[in-house]
Amino acid sequence: MLVSIPSLVGISLVLFTVLALAPGDPFDELATNPNVPPEVRLHLRHQFGLDDPVAVRYVRWLGSMLKGDWGFSFVSRINVDTLILQRLPTTLFVLGMAQLLGICVALPVGVYSAVRPYSWFDQIATTFAFVGFSLPTFFTGLLFILFFSIYLDWLPFIYRSNIDATGLRWVWENLKQGVMPIAVLGLFQGASLTRFTRSAVLDVVRLDYINTARAKGLSEGITIVKHVVRNALIPVVTLVGLQIPTIFTGALITEQIFRVPGIGSLLISSILSNDTPVVMAITFVFSALVVLFNLVADVVYGWLDPRISYR
Amino acid sequence: MAPHGTASEALRAGVAVRRPGGASLTQEAWRRFRRHRLAMFGTIVLGVMLGAVLLGPFVYTVPINEIDFKAKLKAPARAHPLGTDDLGQDLLARMLYGGRISMAVGVTAMLIAVCIGTLMGAVSGYVGGAVDTALMRITDLFLSLPNLPLLLLIVYLFRDALKKMVGPEAGVFLMIVAVIGGLRWMPVARLVRAQFLSLREKEFVEAARGLGAAPLRQVARHILPNAVGPIIVAGSLDVATAIIAESSLSFLGLGFPPDIPTWGRILFDAKDNLDFAPHWAIFPGTAIFLTVLSINYIGDGLRDALDPRKVLG
Repeated sequence: MLVSIPSLVGISLVLFTVLALAPGDPFDELATNPNVPPEVRLHLRHQFGLDDPVAVRYVRWLGSMLKGDWGFSFVSRINVDTLILQRLPTTLFVLGMAQLLGICVALPVGVYSAVRPYSWFDQIATTFAFVGFSLPTFFTGLLFILFFSIYLDWLPFIYRSNIDATGLRWVWENLKQGVMPIAVLGLFQGASLTRFTRSAVLDVVRLDYINTARAKGLSEGITIVKHVVRNALIPVVTLVGLQIPTIFTGALITEQIFRVPGIGSLLISSILSNDTPVVMAITFVFSALVVLFNLVADVVYGWLDPRISYR
Repeated sequence: MAPHGTASEALRAGVAVRRPGGASLTQEAWRRFRRHRLAMFGTIVLGVMLGAVLLGPFVYTVPINEIDFKAKLKAPARAHPLGTDDLGQDLLARMLYGGRISMAVGVTAMLIAVCIGTLMGAVSGYVGGAVDTALMRITDLFLSLPNLPLLLLIVYLFRDALKKMVGPEAGVFLMIVAVIGGLRWMPVARLVRAQFLSLREKEFVEAARGLGAAPLRQVARHILPNAVGPIIVAGSLDVATAIIAESSLSFLGLGFPPDIPTWGRILFDAKDNLDFAPHWAIFPGTAIFLTVLSINYIGDGLRDALDPRKVLG
């Protein structure tokens, strides 16, 4: 747990630096207002602590960020933390399902192509993976809408958070509207994951202990699953950890295309309406999520590779 | 091909070794590159796109901002080979112009990323010790930053100030290029560091050191030329990521202003008219996809071609 603290501090330092370097002063408007004498403005600046040393301002800012005291949205007129908590579950649902879909596609395909390298299956899979990660999510999203919503008219292309149905129908409606964003994001993640998996398995499958496992009479399935895949997954997990920041990039874009009411689309609309507290808070939440998922990757890593201990 | 040009120059400068067969390392690399069929396909496609974008506006002289409401949202036809948008502006002209910007952003951002990355990696790998630890910590920190959200935040905070300082077009270009480059140097830094760590212990560097070569000369003349292969590969892939980053930004409506129609920006304008003008989105999207795919294939081919351990018959 403690490993993640330095990176969170580091990220917060970067964010604060960006914020502190940014031009513009919250009291600029008062400067041009003839009814406000300059002394009052200076007094206000002092009162709100804008004249304090940078270090003091940073500690105070970080403290309130960590306490969840993120300020007040100029546009929605509610506290930023309530606003974000409303939107966060949708984002996490789409992201989680997409990542799950990516893993479910990438692991079997990657392992199977590596076990039979240069077979026709491998060639098709490799080509698809290459095309898949060269296709930017914003273009796949538009193509999906064009094909499934406009041409075939199967799926809705606007995501609604308040579906007035209950029971199975609610589940069905949610699945129907979630399919496209999840598929776009999941297939993009899956494409690069397939390549990682394939090369990792290729590295392992030729090693001597695999021959030993086969020679002692284990079935091919057990050899692959228990001996090859488990060891091949170690570098894959590292790469997945390194890829986590890019998932958020994809999430932002898919949320924008399909109008998913998550924190990504909230970020864009806040930027367009100059809602600074919300913009800052969401960037901070994204960073915290990156750190959190990196931590999860570390834990999985420890479980896969017993040689690693965190004590 | 630009990346290949630099590759051959660097290789020639560093190791002018002649192979028994009479082929230099450059020729050898080129021969290997040619055998990679998909990389050749990528080179040709990218060459055509680059040629179209660079020379096209001279041949196809339709203005990019001629508004003609009579011809709005027209599908491709003879008057407008790629159709028109909602203001009746010719899409082919806009795409040729926007492609220049997209590619310029890609190449410039890559150069920035490669320069910062090489500098960080070289210092880290050559000096070692506490400097190395500190620089690698910084690299790890940058690797765990959420890229696009941070990019958006910086664009949001600095856009107006830069516009005032250097004008809307140059300001946005500079900022986008600097920020994309500044957030993409980490893989290069790691690669260069790894290369430097192993190369600085090699006999030929030791020999140079023994002959009294100053550190700067050791690095510039002996170590860096031998580390250039992986840098070129990473750099070529960085062009693709930079193009995607710029397009994503413009696609979100936060990149270039509407009078600079980069491919991402055209997509942004097109996305609300998908049902009656699909051509408007399909052409720029395909352009981005083909560019990125070609660059990725070229990078793959370069990786195989520049790896001297790989021997082909």
